[in-house]
Amino acid sequence: MTRIPFSALLGIAATALFFLSAIFADLIAPYGMAEIVGGVWEPMSAKHWLGTDAIGRDLLSRIIFGGRTTIYVATMATILSFTLGSVLGFTAATIGGWVDQLLSRGVDLLMAIPSLILALVVLSVMPVTLTMLILVMGILDSTRVFRLSRAVAVDIAVMDFVEAARLRGEGTRWIIFREILPNALSPLVAELGLRFIFAVLFISTLSFLGLGVQPPLADWGGIVKENKEGLVYGVAAALVPAITIAVLAISVNLVADWVLNRTTSLKGGRGG
Amino acid sequence: MAETVLEIRGLKIEATTYPPGEPPVDIVIVEDISLSLEKGKVMGLIGESGAGKSTIGLSAMAYGRGGVRITGGEVLLNGRDILKSGARGLRGLRGREVTYVAQSAAAAFNPAKKLMEQVIEATLKHGLCSRSEAEARAVALFGKLGLPDPERIGNRYPHQVSGGQLQRVMTAMALCPEPSLVIFDEPTTALDVTTQIDVLAAIKDAIHATGVAALYITHDLAVVAQVSDEIRVLRGGQTVEHGTTREIIEAPRQDYTRALVSVRSIEHQPKPPADPVLAADGISARYRGTRFDVLSEVSVDIAAGHTLAIVGESGSGKSTLARVITGLLPPHSGEIRFNGRALRPSLPERSKTDLRELQMIYQMADVAMNPRQTVGTIIGRPLEFYFGLKGEARRKRVQDLLDQIEMGKGYIDRYPAELSGGQKQRVCIARALAADPSVIICDEVTSALDPLVADGILKLLLDLQAQQGVSYLFITHDLATVKAIADSIAVMYRGRVVRYGTKDQVLAPPFDDYTDLLLSSVPEMKLGWLENVIANRKMESAGN
Repeated sequence: MTRIPFSALLGIAATALFFLSAIFADLIAPYGMAEIVGGVWEPMSAKHWLGTDAIGRDLLSRIIFGGRTTIYVATMATILSFTLGSVLGFTAATIGGWVDQLLSRGVDLLMAIPSLILALVVLSVMPVTLTMLILVMGILDSTRVFRLSRAVAVDIAVMDFVEAARLRGEGTRWIIFREILPNALSPLVAELGLRFIFAVLFISTLSFLGLGVQPPLADWGGIVKENKEGLVYGVAAALVPAITIAVLAISVNLVADWVLNRTTSLKGGRGG
Repeated sequence: MAETVLEIRGLKIEATTYPPGEPPVDIVIVEDISLSLEKGKVMGLIGESGAGKSTIGLSAMAYGRGGVRITGGEVLLNGRDILKSGARGLRGLRGREVTYVAQSAAAAFNPAKKLMEQVIEATLKHGLCSRSEAEARAVALFGKLGLPDPERIGNRYPHQVSGGQLQRVMTAMALCPEPSLVIFDEPTTALDVTTQIDVLAAIKDAIHATGVAALYITHDLAVVAQVSDEIRVLRGGQTVEHGTTREIIEAPRQDYTRALVSVRSIEHQPKPPADPVLAADGISARYRGTRFDVLSEVSVDIAAGHTLAIVGESGSGKSTLARVITGLLPPHSGEIRFNGRALRPSLPERSKTDLRELQMIYQMADVAMNPRQTVGTIIGRPLEFYFGLKGEARRKRVQDLLDQIEMGKGYIDRYPAELSGGQKQRVCIARALAADPSVIICDEVTSALDPLVADGILKLLLDLQAQQGVSYLFITHDLATVKAIADSIAVMYRGRVVRYGTKDQVLAPPFDDYTDLLLSSVPEMKLGWLENVIANRKMESAGN
């Protein structure tokens, strides 16, 4: 193994911490998610490390439970967007012709509409549940993944080894999953981190606007929204989830950068 | 005693490699090379890929390509050690005292500028003469290099002249500043054989007319024998043998040089006639959306256990014929017959058995194998796909095939990146054999390989044919290969078969003009061959 650079180690540690606290939220959080335990906007203390929120719930517990919702939604949406986007992208590149045209133009159509506005429209007519949020975000984000994976696969699909597989009589599925996918993996893995961060930002934005995760379920965008009036009175409660979003974004980016550097051939041709 | 232009003493060149998953390693590319070159002389540097010939050539400009470092020795150009010159000194020197002709002219020219601008650029930058004088020099050089319409060719853009012409324009560019040394780095390797000899003759004349000293780098001993006064044979960054051209060609002392000189010594006995296994009948084909026949009325057949060589220069349609036969490009008229019955024209319509019977080996073995699959998977997949072999039985059969291609144990779990060029091509051959085919299409399978390695591959193909009775459709532009391996030959020119028959028929006079041109263009390891050919030609090459 090559030595992992310090920045990547930091990113991996922080990202792991976020995911662990999301998974074991029930065990870690000092109080319940919707439990009212104190006064309004109490300052930081030994009892409430980050103080309390607009209606007297423990802010640290809210952040931990909120992290669980945010990370869960973002992870599922990313998985959905990658599965959908890469399979369709590879299919378009491998089959080509009218299949490619149909898929690519469809994606162009979706991308032509700003995704936030499209999401707001869809969510205002559909019931807002976590599943619906994941579906909307996953499908909107899959257009970006589609573009990337199609571009990567088009380059691979013209290689002689793919032609050799076609001449052997292999089906489209073998060509996509056995010939193209393994060679397209490294740019996709790097993109995975970035798309995950966009998903976190997106769900937080939706919740802040009131169309995302619904109260009393906590999530980071929602916590900012609940506490934003506090800023007027000099209460920093709204900044805490904002900072956690930023820290998560930076740490995932550090990991993604490292993965990209390790696998890309642009930097001195070291990639494999 | 003529004056010495270039003297290299004890040159050592190192580079750093980055093996995946391991710390970087410093390796020595060139060690203890000393040479000296007099005014007006041409020295040939010859060797296989990785021999360090280009690296040595570039060191004469004190340049190291891509992380390569000159770590020891002296390079004296006109008596000054240029390794100590510093950036400013080198800038004054490169493009003035020493110039460079690259392999791929198409990639070396700026497509957005006219040729004249680029030819005189270095001369003007160094302030050697005025623009009109430089242009006059360039025009004179264009004439000397045999370019058509020397007065006006400078007004064209790089894409408006042919590859052979572009290579000559680049030679003019290198000679324009009247340097003392020109480095030619494989200047004719990327050209067709018929074009190559014109360029070669032009370069040779220009060198002699200007009296410049030259380093001529190539992997083709027959080529270097035509232009150089002395030859240095390199291998693994060290000199194997050094002598005058006559000494090296006629009396090589080292085994390695002897092997290079005698390359393509393969012979095989004529075979008794056999029934055709695969026949192309009146094939005409065009690419989608075009109205131009890339192939017109091509009819050839391959006898069982025989080799049909398709010969021609680039653009003659020989690879297109392979695409038609494999079904990648359905023809618009004519048909392909296999064992007497017609094959479906397009790939998806063919049965699995038909696909199995026709296998293909590619020119670039690197990209013909999935880099993420092991040798075991690459060879094993056709076994599983066509014969349903699994697990231990499949692995055993893969090992048998590896033995057949003379690779033995220890390769089955390797990735393509962990194989040498020759081994990669062998694995591709094993993959084709795994399908137990009747016909294997070999598309320029040896042209990306070093001559000795290519010889090994050809021998292997012949052995396999003798054992298994498989037929080859051998596509190549290299007539030496054809002479070594073919039973019958089809010469293609602009989409048509211009000459077709058994090897003895095709290679025996009287020749048609094109076959004569093609045959006479193959460089031979003889002194004075080039002058002879140029004097006796009947037809100009198409790329000229």
